[in-house]
Amino acid sequence: MKGPRKGQALVATLMVLPCSLFVLTFAFYPILYSFWLSLHRIILGLPQLGEPFVGLDNYRDLLHDRVALRATVNTFVFVLSSTALELLLGLIVALVIHRSFTGRGTVRAAVLVPWAIPTVVSSQLWRFIFNDKYGLLNFIIYGGEVSRYKAWLADPFYAFVAIVVADVWKTTSFAALILLAGLQSIPQELYDSARVDGANAWQRFRTITLPMLRPALLVALLFRTMDAFRVFDLVFVMTQGGPADATNVLQFYGYKKMFAEGLMGYGSSISVVVFLLSFSVAMLYMRVIKVGFLQKG
Amino acid sequence: MDKIIRKRLSSAGFFCLVGLIVLLSLSPFFWFVDTSFKTEVEVTSVPPVVLPSFSLEFYRSAITRYGLLHFLRNSFIVASATTLLTISLAALAGYALSRLKFPFRVGLLKSLLVVSMFPQISIAGPVWRILYWAGLLNSYPGLIVPYVTLTLPLGVWVLTSFFSELPEELEAQARIDGCGYLQTLYRIILPLSLPGLFTAAILVFIYAWNEFFFALLIMTQRRYQTLPVGIALLQGQYTLPWGEIAAASTVATVPLVVVVFLFQKRIISGLSAGAIKG
Repeated sequence: MKGPRKGQALVATLMVLPCSLFVLTFAFYPILYSFWLSLHRIILGLPQLGEPFVGLDNYRDLLHDRVALRATVNTFVFVLSSTALELLLGLIVALVIHRSFTGRGTVRAAVLVPWAIPTVVSSQLWRFIFNDKYGLLNFIIYGGEVSRYKAWLADPFYAFVAIVVADVWKTTSFAALILLAGLQSIPQELYDSARVDGANAWQRFRTITLPMLRPALLVALLFRTMDAFRVFDLVFVMTQGGPADATNVLQFYGYKKMFAEGLMGYGSSISVVVFLLSFSVAMLYMRVIKVGFLQKG
Repeated sequence: MDKIIRKRLSSAGFFCLVGLIVLLSLSPFFWFVDTSFKTEVEVTSVPPVVLPSFSLEFYRSAITRYGLLHFLRNSFIVASATTLLTISLAALAGYALSRLKFPFRVGLLKSLLVVSMFPQISIAGPVWRILYWAGLLNSYPGLIVPYVTLTLPLGVWVLTSFFSELPEELEAQARIDGCGYLQTLYRIILPLSLPGLFTAAILVFIYAWNEFFFALLIMTQRRYQTLPVGIALLQGQYTLPWGEIAAASTVATVPLVVVVFLFQKRIISGLSAGAIKG
């Protein structure tokens, strides 16, 4: 028996090799490389300065960087508010498209449309709706009274709200799909016997649907949190982090430092922090979630 | 009597909810499509014009003044190449992961999951430097390589879970007949998995078509920029050219909307593949 099994392991290794090489070279190696870069002072526009080793200087500066702190807080507020809204609305949508009715396929496709739209397009779209001069929102609220029109994206509070709204619009459908798959895995017999026992709709939802949906809810929560953490396109297109850093988020700030200001070393310290933050959040979730076929091995 | 009325009311309420969901999902994008067919005056008018004069003025100017077809071509090349490469590599890996026993099987699946969650910024600097060093900035391979890396987790996930559902007896027979692993994959598994391959291909293509962050970093020259970069950076001389932005957005999105309506079932099953079976 030993021979074939060894052969199998060799064949398997060869088969996963190309995929592993890509991931090692362009995902795992860059993570370590980022850390190495973050210990140096590297300014893209000034190559004559070289790339001196500066130890933890970048991290010390980061601790005193008010914008970085603001971006961190913003990122967390964004993650919490958008994820909570998406799960709540996603659950409602999932419950609706789970029921059988004529035209359900078309309704499901319609729900998927925002998910399929490029984020850059949905960002421009919402930027247009929130526009101060001829945006649809102003017209809906104030009608023809142009003098009362608001520049929503120039207001720190509303700009943030606008970004959350655009994100919720685009990604609620993803949460809904994960929850729909969860709903479909609940055996119908449970509902039938509960009905025989005289449980009403709310009781059935609370005692069967919610507990059985827990794994799906956790998976949706994990995916949405990690995705909200790296929000970038929306901020880049809609607000550029403004006004006055009200919508600045970590991934945008890191991008700005690294590529707009050319501070590769300092920017790398931001990216290391972003990685560690998101990695620990992911690990936290992974401890409670059982992800599909991972269990089989 | 009372019961019938209550039932009617609740089903009316249900359909109102369905209508509301469809309306909220479609109307914002519909507004942009609508805008793309307006004229300059109609775009800025208050109250807004709902029925446009179906002018193609903005499409024409998006093409001639802003290089829309250029972006479209770049997006198409990058997304197609990414899909082809990712699906080939993911099929190989997915077969091994679903059928063969080897030491670091679970480790590999888990690390792929981790990669799919990396914030792009955490690898952006090094990836940029590697591509700079290799002379691949502003080239198709320069963008395809990171895209393949970032879509492999998705591809491997969907295909692994699809392959796991095929009955193993099929291959046992093939192996008795003297087929090697590669031959079995090629002759038995892949033909049976066409729906799965197609689903994974759709998801990967949509990802590559929509990606913005790396495209922005890597394609700094206009002639290599993809649609999302083109749309994000579309600037007029004094004001934002909303009509052209809407036209370019419509061009970038309509193919995806068609795909969604045609393959809704596949996309839904693909997105939730592997995620919830525990």
